[in-house]
Amino acid sequence: MVALTAEKQDQNLLSRMAAGDGHGENSAYFDGWKAYEENPFHPINRPDGVIQMGLAENQLCGDLMRKWVLEHPEASICTAEGVNQFSDIAIFQDYHGLPEFRQAVAKFMEKTRNNKVRFDPDRIVMSGGATGAHETVAFCLANPGEGFLVPTPYYPGFDRDLRWRTGVNLVPVTCHSSNGFKITVEALEAAYENARVSNIPVKGLLITNPSNPLGTTLDRDCLKSLVNFTNNKGIHLIADEIYAATTFGQSEFISVAEVIEEVPHCNRDLIHIVYSLSKDMGLPGLRVGIVYSYNDRVVQIARKMSSFGLVSSQTQHLIAKMLSDEDFVDEFIRKSKLRLAARHAELTTGLDGLGIGWLKAGAGLFIWMDLRNLLKTATFDSEMELWRVIVHKVKLNVSPGGSCHCNEPGWFRVCFANMDHKTMETALERIRVFTSQLEEESLKQTKPMAAPTMMAKKKMCWQSSLRLSFKDTRRFEEGFFSPHSPVPHSPLVRAQI
Amino acid sequence: MKQLSTKVTSNGHGQDSSYFLGWEEYEKNPYDEIKNPNGMIQMGLAENQLCFDLIESWLAKNPDAASLKRKGQSIFKELALFQDYHGMPEFKKAMAEFMEEIRGNRVTFDPKKIVLAAGSTSANETLMFCLAEPGDAFLLPTPYYPGFDRDLKWRTGAEIVPIHCSSSNGFQITESALQQAYQQAHKLDLKVKGVLVTNPSNPLGTALTRRELNLLVDFITSKNIHLISDEIYSGTMFGFEQFISVMDVLKDKKLENTEVSKRVHVVYSLSKDLGLPGFRVGAIYSNDEMIVSAATKMSSFGLVSSQTQYLLSALLSDKKFTSQYLEENQKRLRSRQKRLVSGLESAGITCLRSNAGLFCWVDMRHLLDTNTFEAELDLWKKIVYNVKLNISPGSSCHCTEPGWFRVCFANMSEGTLDLALKRLKTFVESTDCGRMISRSSHERLKSLRKKTVSNWVFRVSWSDRVPDER
Repeated sequence: MVALTAEKQDQNLLSRMAAGDGHGENSAYFDGWKAYEENPFHPINRPDGVIQMGLAENQLCGDLMRKWVLEHPEASICTAEGVNQFSDIAIFQDYHGLPEFRQAVAKFMEKTRNNKVRFDPDRIVMSGGATGAHETVAFCLANPGEGFLVPTPYYPGFDRDLRWRTGVNLVPVTCHSSNGFKITVEALEAAYENARVSNIPVKGLLITNPSNPLGTTLDRDCLKSLVNFTNNKGIHLIADEIYAATTFGQSEFISVAEVIEEVPHCNRDLIHIVYSLSKDMGLPGLRVGIVYSYNDRVVQIARKMSSFGLVSSQTQHLIAKMLSDEDFVDEFIRKSKLRLAARHAELTTGLDGLGIGWLKAGAGLFIWMDLRNLLKTATFDSEMELWRVIVHKVKLNVSPGGSCHCNEPGWFRVCFANMDHKTMETALERIRVFTSQLEEESLKQTKPMAAPTMMAKKKMCWQSSLRLSFKDTRRFEEGFFSPHSPVPHSPLVRAQI
Repeated sequence: MKQLSTKVTSNGHGQDSSYFLGWEEYEKNPYDEIKNPNGMIQMGLAENQLCFDLIESWLAKNPDAASLKRKGQSIFKELALFQDYHGMPEFKKAMAEFMEEIRGNRVTFDPKKIVLAAGSTSANETLMFCLAEPGDAFLLPTPYYPGFDRDLKWRTGAEIVPIHCSSSNGFQITESALQQAYQQAHKLDLKVKGVLVTNPSNPLGTALTRRELNLLVDFITSKNIHLISDEIYSGTMFGFEQFISVMDVLKDKKLENTEVSKRVHVVYSLSKDLGLPGFRVGAIYSNDEMIVSAATKMSSFGLVSSQTQYLLSALLSDKKFTSQYLEENQKRLRSRQKRLVSGLESAGITCLRSNAGLFCWVDMRHLLDTNTFEAELDLWKKIVYNVKLNISPGSSCHCTEPGWFRVCFANMSEGTLDLALKRLKTFVESTDCGRMISRSSHERLKSLRKKTVSNWVFRVSWSDRVPDER
């Protein structure tokens, strides 16, 4: 144990940044991760474990990827077929990136936008995942104390990525369920005014499209109004399009790149896109982040900053080969969308059957589930209580809306693309059991009730009858790798030797 | 432009320096033995290209690692999803053991105290974010790696205050220089948070002596500040002395597991020792749990690709390979350095006697018109544009004495090195100074100056150096 004085002394030797909470990982929401880490679900070894539904990963097409890699040994610089390139690639640390990598990524970005726009490979700047890309953009566009507007609910990692080391502020643009959480000009103006009153000079607006955690896409008119709003204010528009290729069904993804072509006198120096291969291709481990800016100076400086998070040249080479295989890419995107659609339908059909609401959306790796009617009171404390029951009793790790800065309690983000079909079935079964337990409890009441009151009884009943019980904390010996972490990363991922 | 941050509008990236300009000139006209034999030879790039054959032959014998398989089965899917900022345990274990091997297994490294980063560029910046507030200062001995101006200061807002080292004692760090730098920081109203050294040194190519390391540890102990030892070149020690790490000194002074040891941090990377700068593998090693914790979270901004971690964990876990590699690497570096040194001598040029690194610290003071940095820049331009060699002028490394240049030797073939030396010899002989030298070319060079300014010692005298203790 470190003596208090010594610890305090130690803290003075560290920067405030290192000693403080800016990383965001002391939040109560990490309880869900801890519960999962202590008791992770496994269909055979641990069938009662916690199912991870808080991880937005696209694991549905890993088989296609594996097959391609096996069939293309020349994409590796280490195999007999590719080793003749080993030394050239191993020494390549030019922050411009391999030209073939940039070309292939530009082409892929075009395909994922239905070839409606062109991307210039010379504007492609590498970064350490989208995490690194966001931080770089913040460093380029804002000084400490300045701010970005961000529509709520938003990805919790932004609090760290955009603020921690940059000193930049995030100012929420409140969106409401009453209109499907659409971003309105009124909300933007209100947020802008709030920032002004708080003495935070606003430098830009950050949108995620398709949205995390909502799974919705912005329509053309909305995008145009965002471009106009930011142009008129002379502030930047940063569009995180990391989920671009995860649209399915009838949903269409319209990129800001497309819309700026249609906005007359658009000041393109204010337009920037953040992208990554982590979601669309399911490759978060390879750390391929992209900053794409229409502002030459930002491209120049972001490129210099990319020295702090270049993509491994070994990975650039692999990705260049893979994304240049257009037949593979077309097939991958097609199959990925079909599989996402199927898995999404599986989850939502199951929820529909149980009378559980969800925000209608057609993109992303998650749904935005509506459990407002299960809250004891319309408060975030109630949301936390319900969430703890879901995590510890129903044994599903989902993300509560409060962690995403949602203004209304009762919403939860539930991921569906990071598990196989059987696990999804298990999860749905658990939800079914949970809701039927609520039904049983409410039927035990003395008189038959009208439906709305029955719902009220359900609210009270889960409180009393479903006591939290914690499983013993046996460690789960997985195979080679420690459990993968989401972004934000779990603080309790165990190292496995 | 108010729409962009001051980080964008200022020159904090440091890339207007001559160090980088030389690179740009090289890019415009790069030498190629066949396609462009009159092009510029790159001698400003500290890369180790001497041992790829060893790695390639390892790859041929290890098809599983080479094709991302385990026991014959593809693990690509699992690798694709692995983004845990704690890093792959096998990889950190292999890194720790490799670092131990480089230090003769005299000290141990705990894998749990390793934080991976995207190259030492990222590692150094992350450490700054963890240790310094904007406006705080770190003391660095001059000359130092030009990239530090960007890595340590640009986005962190930290400051660098130089510890002036001079050729009079082979650029060793002295107590008075340390104290002077500390006082200077105070005069500038800067709070000193620590000292950062590169050991072995870039650009000097020398390993710190035990005396210097003891001095540094004593200094940071008394001032209650940090010591960062960037040991990126630790595996390039080709001299017959052993490499002494700051970790050796902590052990010898019985300071392990003390408050002081928590303020000593090592930065490492595989870019120089293994010649893999493209793979972006850096590491921070710290005994301070809070720093390890904060730096681990910060590594999210620059994780090492899982594909790369997997390959290198297999490579570095092969102890037969690592021991053979380290030995052969050192042998080849020694031989290449000797080639450069003797080539330079035949042109009447000496360098600081080096025992590590991928470069020599070359003394061209006698070729300057005046003992000024303007003259150094003039000479540099001639060498870049006329002789077509990209070398790094000492001023870009913040050297306080004009006339020194860093010349790399491990990033080219022997033939290219010979050609570079030939060009340089021709250039020197064409100058007045050169003609004088060629008349006494078999003599050992004494103090030879064209014009003014006193106290030049043409060749560093090693009798000034305190003999290393073992």
